[in-house]
Amino acid sequence: MENIKFVIEKSSRIEKLINNLYEKMPEIESSRGKLVTESYKMTEDLPIIKRRSAAFAHILRNIPIVIRDNELIVGSATIAPRGCQVFPEYSYEWLLSELDTVSTRSADPFYISEKTKAELREIYPWWKGKTTSDLAKANMAPEAYEAFTEHAVFTPGNYFYNGIGHVCVDYGKVMKIGYRGIIKEAEDALNKLEISDGDYVSRSNFLYAVIESCEAVIEYARRYSALAKDMASKEANPERKRELEIISRNCARVPEFGATSFYEACQTFWFIQLLLQVESSGHSISPGRFDTYMYPYFKKDIDAGKITYEQAQELLDCLWVKFNDINKVRDAASADGFAGYGMFQNLIVGGQNIHGMDSTNDLSYMCIEAAMHVPLPQPSISIRVWNGSPEPLLIKAAALTRLGTGLPAYYNDEIIIPSIMARGLTLEDARDYCIIGCVEPQKAGKTDGWHDAAFFNMCRPMELAFSNGYDKGKKIGPDTGDVANMKTFEEFYEAYKTQQSYMIKLLVNANNAIDMAHMVRCPLPFQSCMVEDCIGRGKSLQEGGAIYNFTGPQGFGIANNTDGLVAIKKLVFEEKRFTLAELRDALKSNFGYGIKGAQAERLTTEIATELVKQGVNINEDAIRVIYDEVTNQSSLSADVKARYKEIKRLIEEESPKYGNDIYDVDMFARDVANSYTKEVEKYKNARGGIFQAGLYPVSANVPLGASTGATPDGRLAYTPLADGIGPASGRDIKGPTATANSVAKLEQGVASNGTLLNQKFHPSALAGMSGLTKFVALIRSYFDQKGMHVQFNVVTRETLIDAQKNPEKYKTLVVRVAGYSALFTTLSRSLQDDIINRTEQGW
Amino acid sequence: MPQEIKGRIFNIQRYSIHDGPGIRTIVFFKGCFMRCAWCCNPESQNKEIEEIIEKDKIKTVGKDVTVADIMPEILSDLPFYRRSGGGVTLSGGEILCQADFARELLKACKEEGLHTAVESASSASFSEIEKILPYVDLYLMDIKHMDSVKHKEYTAVGNERILENAKKIAESGVELIIRTPVIPGFNDTPEEIKAISQFAKTLKGVNEHHLLPYHRLGSDKYAGLGRNYSLKEIEPPSREKMEYLLSVAEASGLKCKIGG
Repeated sequence: MENIKFVIEKSSRIEKLINNLYEKMPEIESSRGKLVTESYKMTEDLPIIKRRSAAFAHILRNIPIVIRDNELIVGSATIAPRGCQVFPEYSYEWLLSELDTVSTRSADPFYISEKTKAELREIYPWWKGKTTSDLAKANMAPEAYEAFTEHAVFTPGNYFYNGIGHVCVDYGKVMKIGYRGIIKEAEDALNKLEISDGDYVSRSNFLYAVIESCEAVIEYARRYSALAKDMASKEANPERKRELEIISRNCARVPEFGATSFYEACQTFWFIQLLLQVESSGHSISPGRFDTYMYPYFKKDIDAGKITYEQAQELLDCLWVKFNDINKVRDAASADGFAGYGMFQNLIVGGQNIHGMDSTNDLSYMCIEAAMHVPLPQPSISIRVWNGSPEPLLIKAAALTRLGTGLPAYYNDEIIIPSIMARGLTLEDARDYCIIGCVEPQKAGKTDGWHDAAFFNMCRPMELAFSNGYDKGKKIGPDTGDVANMKTFEEFYEAYKTQQSYMIKLLVNANNAIDMAHMVRCPLPFQSCMVEDCIGRGKSLQEGGAIYNFTGPQGFGIANNTDGLVAIKKLVFEEKRFTLAELRDALKSNFGYGIKGAQAERLTTEIATELVKQGVNINEDAIRVIYDEVTNQSSLSADVKARYKEIKRLIEEESPKYGNDIYDVDMFARDVANSYTKEVEKYKNARGGIFQAGLYPVSANVPLGASTGATPDGRLAYTPLADGIGPASGRDIKGPTATANSVAKLEQGVASNGTLLNQKFHPSALAGMSGLTKFVALIRSYFDQKGMHVQFNVVTRETLIDAQKNPEKYKTLVVRVAGYSALFTTLSRSLQDDIINRTEQGW
Repeated sequence: MPQEIKGRIFNIQRYSIHDGPGIRTIVFFKGCFMRCAWCCNPESQNKEIEEIIEKDKIKTVGKDVTVADIMPEILSDLPFYRRSGGGVTLSGGEILCQADFARELLKACKEEGLHTAVESASSASFSEIEKILPYVDLYLMDIKHMDSVKHKEYTAVGNERILENAKKIAESGVELIIRTPVIPGFNDTPEEIKAISQFAKTLKGVNEHHLLPYHRLGSDKYAGLGRNYSLKEIEPPSREKMEYLLSVAEASGLKCKIGG
């Protein structure tokens, strides 16, 4: 028999809540967009921080509110379930141009009514030139802007178009003292200021903005209290009537004052979580160590007999459903990168406390139970693992893994704590880390981490090394020489590193340009009042108010570059099977396979446009010739094409691959990873902090792979790149222990913004207690070797293929994409294929 | 030097979780005394190195190695063995076809402190088994049928020596688990399973009997080897059927389970 702790019966309410949420396609609403525009128009004479709080207050006073059927925890950003609001202060052009296609696109479609479209078309023109995106562009060096927009070497698109998010605020503090308490803190700080202080104006402006924001939140909760009271008075069902009355009482008390019960603490939590995502469009607003800061309220109620485990579980389950009520519309390209309506609200349980002792409590288990009761993508639940983690907690976590929703993700205290201490955190703060978004560690309530600052495609500098810095006919990288003249492997490797280092410089410029734009145009007083030491310093998070400030751009493509470089070293320089120049030409022609489909059309258009620019007259016949050349490479002889195909075969079959526990190859991967991480950490950001690299692609390895030509590891042009720090898809053939040994050889601690290892298992590998125990042992052994993170998809290949064919049967099939889980059927076809093709470890 | 004895193996499979405790590495020996019709590793049967077609590619099956050749790969999963209480399992083929090599390999594993298990049908002279016993922590022994005629019909050998060896292995004091592949049409009646279980119960120190349901995962390999798979028509036993046979086996008083 399986002995799994805290198996608690699921309330019948939960299924009803889920069904209600998923009845329809999510919808875009205009109320926030209209209100923020109205407020901005009225406040043109105010400093920006006060314009922000005025707009926030205006929104909270006027945005329509709703209590959904059967809810115990209330608060919704939209009337439509799973709906989303718009945030024109960050950017709007993309949505304006996609208004008519957003409901029919393949990744993350949103319904939008004609009325909403008309309303958005009316407000958007006012924002021209006023957004963070406009200012970021103006701030950015032209070459950095081009490397991002034209050449897709990296993309900081997330923060270029949206809010920053990526924060874990001090939830526990609000539970304790309420927003009334925070207002008092701000008032005390104000009282300490002298009007003659040099920074009086900026400090007092910020503190007044904090007070206005907190008052608005209190008022917003009171609106819910009134609505619940009104609904209760009209409710015929006595049970629901009582529930509504309690909701009304809760919302009258919290979050204005500290919570006095577990139920109030849950409601407080939800208002914070929700309103952070109304103030700004940033995603990855992460609850962090929920089991730690919620526990005192739970314990008090349990000990006093005021609540049963079943009742507490029902409240948790209700919260879990609510996490999925928040949504966000992204531009079509980003939607591919973050596919699955990802909100990345990362909630973590277990791990060490600030004293280095284990912090696991009943709520840790019950959070995992909630994730079992509510098999939806949000929140992303994570488990902190350390040498002293209780086995039953990990067994419970493994039982959740076995359900196949891709949850939880596992994190290793034993490497993360020293790794972030090396970035300047105190020992106590480091022990108290949580995870933001996908995989990024931070100390909650003290950090502005700017995690997820950009995706850096490490395969693009590799391409530039082959082209001597040219891309699309333009010189965008430094001169590193013609590969035909390179005499040693080291010369080529150096060329790659030189190209990469230069591109990292551009990346840093792009990030800092965007950072400055948020600082100037979108400081966030509400978010800031819950992060130390914004109130003390009298400045917002965006202006450097936090204790710890980082910028974390993440690189990916390690496996492709490693396999490619190993092949070049062995086959070109050691065995002389082909030359670098030959390889360059083979890559250009996609190993003799030509370019097919939409990419061929895109390339043809590009070439034709370029020719027209050069004054060449292009007619339809000429276009046909170009297209034919792109797809069939008619100008190449059959012999040449065969030779290129042979080169691909040699690379695939006669060169060892990363991920198979081959020491030399793995050490190469380590060096490749360090060529990125150790370069990034040299730079400083605009808030007085430092850059720290991550190594993970979210799901950008698919869309960014689609703008990457053939690579020297034998990968065909425009196909997905390797995901995370794992081996390239299908190339790890020695099983999960060998993969883990390989990946553990990377210097993961230097990637203190997080690393990501995806593994896919067949359910049979986790069967029975013995399966669970062995699975936990596998995780612990990877972590013994200083692996930082691992997550699993447990689903059969047949199930996924069937879901592709019959999406209607699998509406709620959740899979792990990258640092998060998503509904499989909402992913783009190519991402679905990528997930299916990840090596299944099924024996 | 005994370390230089060569053995012929055809696979080393890491992260095996079904053949012995914990996370294990299995070394598959090539060559077998028997010819079980359902064998899921038909490439293991011939001692000779041969070719198999897998996904349209020709692959050589079988390679001669010394103990020193393969120890590094076995040891690379040491962290996983330690955490899970796992180790190494020798399987086949029939390891007793190469008992000298098996002994050296097991001895080397014990010198490294690894837990060792063997999977064997034990249709060999007991002197061969005696060679390996000092280095074996867990002996997984197949008993497929109590009727020697039927045994011979389906596996090409009778069961007399097997049953005799089972008693001697049990007497030696090594931890012994009896396993039975449940093959529809061969041994899947309650009487047949019950007979095996009751025999197992008589063996000194034996506490467990495992029933391994027939599966077809190896059937494609027969075509790849240019051989005929004679059990094409057979369906794997249903879950209900297995549960029923499990209850029959349990009546012997042994601890029984489905799967390894």
